[in-house]
Amino acid sequence: MTTSAVTACGLGKRYGRHWALSDCTLSIPAGHVVGLVGPNGAGKTTLIGLMTGMLGPTTGSIEVLGGPAPNSPEQLARIGYVAQGTPTYAGLSVADHLRFGAHTNPGWDNALAAWRIQDLGLDPRKKAGKLSGGQRAQLALTLGIAKRPELLILDEPIASLDPLARHEFLQSLMAATGEHELSIIMSSHLLGDLEHVCDYLVVLVGSRVLLDGPVAELLASHHLLTGRRRDAASLPAGVQVINQSHTDQESTFLVRSTAPVIDAALAASPVDVEQLVLAYMGGAARTSPALEVQR
Amino acid sequence: MIWMTWRQFRPAAISAGAALIALATAVAATRPTLLSLYTSAGLPACHTACATDAQKFLSSVQFNYTEYIRFACIGIMYLVPAIIGLFWGAPLIARELDSGTFRLAWSQSVTRARWATVKLGLIGAAAILTAGLMSLLVGWWSSPLYQAANQAGPNILSISRLSGTLFSTTGIVPLGYAAFAFALGAAVGLLLRRTLPAMAVTVAVFVAIQVLVPMLVRPHLIPPVQTTQAPSTAQIGGVDAIGQGVFVSVLGINGQRGAWILGNRVVDAAGQTLTTLPGACVHFLQNGNSSGFLSCLTRDGIKFAVSYQPASRYWELQSAETGMYLVLAAGLGGLCYWAVRRRQRAA
Repeated sequence: MTTSAVTACGLGKRYGRHWALSDCTLSIPAGHVVGLVGPNGAGKTTLIGLMTGMLGPTTGSIEVLGGPAPNSPEQLARIGYVAQGTPTYAGLSVADHLRFGAHTNPGWDNALAAWRIQDLGLDPRKKAGKLSGGQRAQLALTLGIAKRPELLILDEPIASLDPLARHEFLQSLMAATGEHELSIIMSSHLLGDLEHVCDYLVVLVGSRVLLDGPVAELLASHHLLTGRRRDAASLPAGVQVINQSHTDQESTFLVRSTAPVIDAALAASPVDVEQLVLAYMGGAARTSPALEVQR
Repeated sequence: MIWMTWRQFRPAAISAGAALIALATAVAATRPTLLSLYTSAGLPACHTACATDAQKFLSSVQFNYTEYIRFACIGIMYLVPAIIGLFWGAPLIARELDSGTFRLAWSQSVTRARWATVKLGLIGAAAILTAGLMSLLVGWWSSPLYQAANQAGPNILSISRLSGTLFSTTGIVPLGYAAFAFALGAAVGLLLRRTLPAMAVTVAVFVAIQVLVPMLVRPHLIPPVQTTQAPSTAQIGGVDAIGQGVFVSVLGINGQRGAWILGNRVVDAAGQTLTTLPGACVHFLQNGNSSGFLSCLTRDGIKFAVSYQPASRYWELQSAETGMYLVLAAGLGGLCYWAVRRRQRAA
């Protein structure tokens, strides 16, 4: 078992003159459920394209599970990928999709695939094109899980699903993670959904990684400070202000600080994931309404 | 990957199989009629100097329903490669890019190089096989016609395997066209990334090539033979010497039955191209005295310089053209393979 799921160094991808991802340096350890969050157009799909070998980098390098981005049968077998929109072959039946998986993956777990399809109540003879969005996503997830990868990468898997299907999808995903030693990297612009399932966060805004780390560590090192109206410059040393808001009377700061903030004039309270991510999005979140908080 | 390629191709394979069965049934059912006309004309019993019987046979076909079957066969041989390019080639990669399923296909434990090799290789082979079987069936049905045409020389149905229209519907050239159309469709699909535009562009480009190659490329695949014919020995279809210039249409050359005449000029005794004919000779023509016209030309030493491909070069030309298309198809296929592999380097 490798200890690193994804390591990127100075990774960048340019389309013409536009940098979809720039100077991305990351080290995501294995064994986590990683939420890759950011507004639409932040570079999430590009980063995932680079992780899955669908794209090649313009600058820098990327390692997945200690090896190159998948380009060999061995490396492809270790990495599962559920692409954006959960594509399936509309003209092929559910059973055909499973046969496709069985024929193209040496590690295919047929029992697992068959059980999942049965558990989901999908008719194996039904064409994928006739499935609902949620069922199609579950079929794509089944293909991703039944090849028994070490790392499963999902690109906005739930964006187009209704709340119930979304819930069911995440539930199956979490069940699979528990049963098989599986690392997961999942992108979403729907923060509320990831909050409950992820234990590691990567925040991507404007083609750059602004924040990454285990959720518990991130929550421990960020604090919400409230007190009488004051200037950010007057905060204690060693405190990094991420976001601030002021009313006539009061100032609120979201700060990063590894040590507890001791200041008699400030009330410190813990942050939640949503506050944290929104703070990092800062101006980006306000100018772009793409990041939705849904529950 | 082989299973998946077959599974995705299965509806197309069933259609191709059905089309082949329909064609085989049609040719098997109508060939006896053609053979009975062949027999009625006395051709089976004829061993030397059969031109008259052959003409008789071809004339009898002209007013028989088998003439429609003949046209249908020609049409089918033109359509098959176009259909292969349209429905097998163009969607092959474009549909996967269009619908996003390429991400599903390329994230299984099969490299893109293998994905491209299997898809292009297997379906390309199926395209060649289909066109080959169709060419065999059509060739078998038409064999009495081609045999008679070979004996008859220039004939009422203008049948000649070397002619611009028929050449690409006979022999092995349809295999080359099918391979090329398929690879062209795949490459256009990869370039445009959209199924419908790829289909439209493939058909447009392929039809243009079907029209242009016989006119511009085929005559020069092997350098044509140049010959000078005396007016009396050339088989003349028509002369237009009234007004500007002089046009003689030479239909055939004695001793060169079935030759493909590419062009002819009128030359004087010194070999210089003439743009006008002597007034005395034109006078015969105006009076409708063709033998007088020809002897007038002969007296003045006027000849016809003809460039042509002899009928004996049929297989040589077939091989050259098929080879050309196979090389083009391999080039386009290689381009697809390279581009699919390369997608990991560029978007």
